[in-house]
Amino acid sequence: MTFKGRDIISIRDFSKDDIMKVLETAQKLEKKPQPNLMKGAVMGCLFFEPSTRTRLSFTSAMEKLGGQVLGFEDAAVTSVQKGETLWDTTKMVNNYVDVIVQRHPVEGAARLAANAADVPVINAGDGANQHPTQTLLDLYTVQKEKGKLDGLNIGFVGDLKYGRTVHSLCMAMSHFKTKLYFVAPEALQMPEYYLADLQKKKVPYVVTGDLDKVAPELDIIYMTRIQKERFPDPVEYNRLKDSYRIDKQLLKRTKKDVRILHPLPRINEISTDLDDTPNAAYFRQAANGVPVRQALIALVTGRLS
Amino acid sequence: MKPAEHIIPVPAIEEGTVIDHLPSRETLKVMRLLNPQEFEHPITVALNLDSKKLGKKGVIKVNNRSLTKDEVDKIAILAPQATVSIIKNYKVVQKNRVHAPKSISGIPCSNPNCITNKEPAETQFELVQESPLRIRCHFCERIMSRKDIAL
Ligand SMILES: [Zn+2]
Repeated sequence: MTFKGRDIISIRDFSKDDIMKVLETAQKLEKKPQPNLMKGAVMGCLFFEPSTRTRLSFTSAMEKLGGQVLGFEDAAVTSVQKGETLWDTTKMVNNYVDVIVQRHPVEGAARLAANAADVPVINAGDGANQHPTQTLLDLYTVQKEKGKLDGLNIGFVGDLKYGRTVHSLCMAMSHFKTKLYFVAPEALQMPEYYLADLQKKKVPYVVTGDLDKVAPELDIIYMTRIQKERFPDPVEYNRLKDSYRIDKQLLKRTKKDVRILHPLPRINEISTDLDDTPNAAYFRQAANGVPVRQALIALVTGRLS
Repeated sequence: MKPAEHIIPVPAIEEGTVIDHLPSRETLKVMRLLNPQEFEHPITVALNLDSKKLGKKGVIKVNNRSLTKDEVDKIAILAPQATVSIIKNYKVVQKNRVHAPKSISGIPCSNPNCITNKEPAETQFELVQESPLRIRCHFCERIMSRKDIAL
């Protein structure tokens, strides 16, 4: 399927071939930068809620390809405050840009904007729902760090109930030969629906509360932060928070070449003294956002095919 | 007042559609799903009829109109055991079970933070599983079950 004109809304819309196409394109752009590829093109960066990290990554991606960026971060300063609908805002911006990157606090906002716009829309996060460019950069990181996406044991640790990055990556990984480990306290385990989906797709998985026990089997540890507010009982939080923490002690029990990923920002679930080990992939992961977003921008605008 | 134990039998219709075997408490929801304000001719609704299968059941009779397959299939998301009979000249000429369609619209999304609840947008759902019913909002991707459908 061609990418030109396509909206990037949900990882659910991606076939295995689509994923591989984006990763290959990102790899090419990283190896051989193309500073004029997007010359003359404008990207509308519409952030209806702040997310500096994601916005900087998209802006850097576009500017390094020679394109221009306009937009806003924070709906309070725009006409949205005056009651303009998302539909109308999108219709208006559509006239000025070649591609729209949108972040919005409401679920489904990206799909609606895509219906309103003629130019392609890239979802940079819609509430608790999807953040497909994060998922693709996670996949890119796994592939880059391990040299492959097949045959890996991937452990997800922390808040698996509310963690949208976990749900999306888990969905994407089900295209590959993999075994998934869900490591979390019971109250924050993977929603039943996702487990049923994995069963349907015959993806083997393990649900456990014990990180120590499964750590030696993992090729990738995907950490997420556990937010105190998510716990019904603060005592429970204090009891459990350290059992989902990675430090040098735990690293002794893992495979030597295990890679630790984290969507960032972290709280204290990864000890800072791991930052300089080759196992710590999370800062490289954040940097991988640029080539992946470049690939998507170039593909949907038809500058690359 | 004595509760209504006996209900006047629903009059037979000459032409139209009879939707039978509706669970009593879903009947009014099914009614709303059918968008009755768009119908010109009389519609009769009966509730709390005795039923061996359902305990209490509801029946909807639509005069002078054969419901389309789309209209009929929508009923399955609320009442999978419903039967739909097309009546011509007081006779049943066709009787069908309902099957949930692949794509469903006309019901609200149960996620309060879904864009379809924030600004005008026609909702759309994809059928994930027929029994027990699971549908996914095309916009927010939240999964809904039968109990989440508010009409
Ligand atoms: Zn929804």
